[in-house]
Amino acid sequence: MGSLIELLTKPLQYAFMQTGFVAAVLIGVSCAVLGVYVVLRSMAFIGDALAHTVLPGLVAAYMLGLNLLLGAVVAGFITSLGIGWLSRRETLREDTAIGICFTGMFALGILLMSLTNSFRDFSHMLFGNILGVTRADLLLIGGLAGFVVLLLAMFHKELELTSFDPTQARSIGLSADRVRYGLLLLLALTVVAGIQAVGVVLISALLITPAAAASLLTTSLPRMMLIASVVAALSGIAGLYASYYLNVSSGAAIVLACTAFFVMASVLRAARRRPMKDAPIAGKPQ
Amino acid sequence: MKHPLFPYGHRRHADPVPGAPALSVRSVSAWHPGTEEPALSEVSLRVPAGARVALVGPNGAGKSTLLKLVAGLLQEESGEVRVFGNPVGACHHRVAYLPQRGEVDWRFPINLRKLVMTGRYVHLGWLRRPGARDRAAVDHAIERLGLRPLERRQIGQLSGGQQQRALLARALVGEADLLLLDEPLNAVDAETRAIISEVLSGLQRTGKTIMVATHDLDSLASEFDGALYLRDGREAEPEPGAFVGLRVGREAAWAH
Repeated sequence: MGSLIELLTKPLQYAFMQTGFVAAVLIGVSCAVLGVYVVLRSMAFIGDALAHTVLPGLVAAYMLGLNLLLGAVVAGFITSLGIGWLSRRETLREDTAIGICFTGMFALGILLMSLTNSFRDFSHMLFGNILGVTRADLLLIGGLAGFVVLLLAMFHKELELTSFDPTQARSIGLSADRVRYGLLLLLALTVVAGIQAVGVVLISALLITPAAAASLLTTSLPRMMLIASVVAALSGIAGLYASYYLNVSSGAAIVLACTAFFVMASVLRAARRRPMKDAPIAGKPQ
Repeated sequence: MKHPLFPYGHRRHADPVPGAPALSVRSVSAWHPGTEEPALSEVSLRVPAGARVALVGPNGAGKSTLLKLVAGLLQEESGEVRVFGNPVGACHHRVAYLPQRGEVDWRFPINLRKLVMTGRYVHLGWLRRPGARDRAAVDHAIERLGLRPLERRQIGQLSGGQQQRALLARALVGEADLLLLDEPLNAVDAETRAIISEVLSGLQRTGKTIMVATHDLDSLASEFDGALYLRDGREAEPEPGAFVGLRVGREAAWAH
């Protein structure tokens, strides 16, 4: 027993592990709460795309010696608005608009990278480096996470209504398009904060996998957000322990922990359903 | 009546113009985005306050389009629409729209009670949360449509008829004066049909104006005061022997 506690506390004596844990939980929770909307509105593709499109912002900020997060936020906003504008009132299908912005911006990022002749410096952008998070980064991540969750809480009823019934929203003068822009901007902020943890390539896993696991377990939206947050926070912690003891990439370990939770949720759901198979399901559509 | 601090539309309130009918449509033409043929051409309509009017016609005749136009979901290309004498969108809380069931994502994780509550949002606007008055209105509507035992059920686990009643409950809680109902009786069970019919006649007794798109020709005479027949986006002559009642079409719209 003593050794187990020692096993759990030993990494905590390092300052970089402490900040890592706090960052992983903050990022995990904000990604998970927002991720519930991403999953319910079938925006999984856009989460992935946004993550890739902040790359040129990161690289440009690096080349100019500016704050990397700031560069990423600007690139994320530009892409969000671009996608929203291209697909407004269904002029272009949204996934097509995303495909165009996503590949264009990612290519621009790679082009900028090749100009600096050093791909190696950027590996922490692509794959994350949560153990390199400084106290200042942590403050910024905390601020972003708090801001995102606060706005989601403030505009919950509009987000909910435009998600399941945009027609009703429009009939009371609430523009579903405007709400979607807002959601895309929040998504950009969240993605930027999350890049520190798992990098550009894997960030969409933090958005989608915990929310998808939660959606298998409940039909209540607040509970879905709660379960997704717990899954994401636990994955962040488990991933960091795995990374410490097995000496593997922290970003990959966090994402794989999310995946493991998703598998568990699927098994749990299957197990819950089986005994009821022969029983009449209450309220089944007639 | 409480008004929102930050309304969704641009305006929070507009008083009815004295003497104006509940709905006046004059020579309106409209297209759905990206289509060649007009969905409505030169349609006129006048619905006096307190009347129950049926929109009758086959699929694609323009019934839904006309309702959407009045609900502010579609913009007319030419012509004029006035609701209680004001332009569409001048006073969102005076109009309630009941969509066809397919417009709603029924898999979304909310329960019936929450769905009905969204009908109060027009009175809340941005940032404000539902209060005791809103909850009371929801309770009342749920009771009236016989949905009390189902109020905590996820909306996808309701039958078609129950979903339709939930949508009507939502249209009721807004306490609108003009109700636009798109095929509320399409493919519903007998119980739902009876409840909805009863609720609609109750509404008329309280002075509400009701416009309903319908396929059902048998109940026209007993449940409506007038009917507008549509075919291919135009006003059509009723079949010989069909219900006419109160004149609401072209001649009525231009008589004043």
